[in-house]
Amino acid sequence: MAAETQKKEILLPNERKMSFKEKWAYTRHEMKRNSMCYLMLLPFMIFFLFFTVIPVVMALPIGFTDFDMAHFPPKFIGFQNFYTMFLEDDVFIGSIRTTLIFAIFTGPLSYALSFFLAWLINELHPVLKTIFTLIFYAPSMAGNIYFVWQLIFSGDAYGYLNAVINELGFTTKAVQWLTDANYLLGCVIVVQLWVSMGAGFLAMRAGFQGIDKAMYEAGAIEGISNRWQELIFITIPSMGPQLMFAAVMQIVSSFTVDLVGRSLAGFPSTDYKAHTIMTHAFDYGWIRYEMGYASAICFVLFLAMLLCNQLISKVLGKYMN
Amino acid sequence: MAKKELKPSQIQAQIEAENAAALEALRKRREKEHRKMERSKGSNKQVGKSWKNDIGIFLFLTILGLFMLAPIYIAIVSSLKPVNEIFIMPPRLYAMDPTLDNFKDLFVVANNSWVPFSRNVFNSIFVTVAATLFHVVFACMAGFILAKCRFPGCRAINKIIVIALLFNSQVTYIMQYIVMANLGMINTYSALIFPLIASTMGLYLMIQSVGQIPDAMIEAAKVDGASLMRICWGIVMPNSKPALMTIIIFQFQAAWNSNGGSLVYDEALKTIPTVVQQIAAAGMARQGAIAASAVVLMIPPLAIFIAAQSNVMETMAHAGMKD
Repeated sequence: MAAETQKKEILLPNERKMSFKEKWAYTRHEMKRNSMCYLMLLPFMIFFLFFTVIPVVMALPIGFTDFDMAHFPPKFIGFQNFYTMFLEDDVFIGSIRTTLIFAIFTGPLSYALSFFLAWLINELHPVLKTIFTLIFYAPSMAGNIYFVWQLIFSGDAYGYLNAVINELGFTTKAVQWLTDANYLLGCVIVVQLWVSMGAGFLAMRAGFQGIDKAMYEAGAIEGISNRWQELIFITIPSMGPQLMFAAVMQIVSSFTVDLVGRSLAGFPSTDYKAHTIMTHAFDYGWIRYEMGYASAICFVLFLAMLLCNQLISKVLGKYMN
Repeated sequence: MAKKELKPSQIQAQIEAENAAALEALRKRREKEHRKMERSKGSNKQVGKSWKNDIGIFLFLTILGLFMLAPIYIAIVSSLKPVNEIFIMPPRLYAMDPTLDNFKDLFVVANNSWVPFSRNVFNSIFVTVAATLFHVVFACMAGFILAKCRFPGCRAINKIIVIALLFNSQVTYIMQYIVMANLGMINTYSALIFPLIASTMGLYLMIQSVGQIPDAMIEAAKVDGASLMRICWGIVMPNSKPALMTIIIFQFQAAWNSNGGSLVYDEALKTIPTVVQQIAAAGMARQGAIAASAVVLMIPPLAIFIAAQSNVMETMAHAGMKD
């Protein structure tokens, strides 16, 4: 850290600092020398540029216009979109609240669950390990399986959950799980947790599997007396990179949760209860075709995700060292 | 014991045969031990481990696993139920008379307005295979270059890739639509395939995995005069088979489940996820068709994951972020 702040260039006795022209000529020379590298990078980078970089970078300029796919060129309206978003659009403020609830409940919970499950699975026989990894990873691969959850949470007496509750005698009337404003967010959170054991979970599993067993033996010699201490002092520090990767994946999925709410609770959901930021952007983008406003919303979301990512990097980075 | 008189060459042959047999036995034994060690990697003998803990863990995981599997099981069972069983209340957890009628209806009868389901299956397969093929080829080349070569801009590009992990295709969907509309690609196969090709996750996994390959191997190849393409496809890729399998699996899943419903409006170009959504919107009357289409959507990624799970594990072990 100290070396970064004082970048002293060490010069030999006969040397002088390269001028800007010389640095540029050196760079051009290096680029020509490595032309094959650029060539091999090119195919991926073309698609990457057009379909990842340009969309992200374009979100801000388009957010300053009122682009609606019908009129070209779009009219520049300055900060109007952002003003509307934060000061006049109640649904957007509600959707921020919903997204935060999702992020706080499903984010850390899913992360902790991934970690905990990966830890437990690691204790088993190898064949059982494979089976259980498959069982827990399957829901995230299962595509559009939400109709089953609609069956389970169905609001009439025939929904699975209602039938079970009636059989067990808790109530006698059917509960409107997916249309009652009080319950629907809870249901969507449960389903979101169900779907969330994805790439992060696999990374944790692999991380646990790769921990050096010698560390455990050394720990046992040093006097670690129970599994909890072992977890804190040996396991977590050894898994730093995997924890970081899973955290980034978790941030992405927590902030961009949208499909589960739409598929389960309808579009729009009762009282906009399951309306997240992405659902709001989709609403303005695909139903009303107000692409300018939708882009502005996406831009705000990008900023939030970047900030969150930096925060998590700092926190986990301190812990990793 | 009467010893037969043997010629020296025969004695030598006998000794050699015995040596070979002994070596063979030793090799087999070592391989068996090695395999046993590999299998038990990760299952550790540690502090506080007892069989009671193991049983408790197993029970807990089984209960949770049942919860995770229940909806998938219900979907599969529903797809096998004939029409008269679908609406039995309370719903039965097994099909009394399993039948493939739902699947047959889905494929043969054009119950999706304009095109038969088989067309949608073809679309899905075409889009998935194309997206996976292009992605794997491009990501391998790009991953090798970014992991092992130094050139002006390599550090900047690496940083951009790490940041781009945050922006998956869901978030950039709307702006991607604008880009594609301006390029005139809406309502063609390219609209479905191209956004999937530049998946950042695959590239990131590839970079981390190629980074594990020792530099000496690549330098030796360079000294021998191999071009970069030759090194990439002849040396680096055969040594990163787990990573290759992993990105194939992840890309297959993403492409197979990707819903490009807003990007194409021609019925003949829609893929299975879009059709499943459309059928699901038809409501309770189509329960069998919904279940059948969902099962068709679900089976291929599951099958491929099962087939190559160990490869995925090995790749994800190196997938960590160090900064």
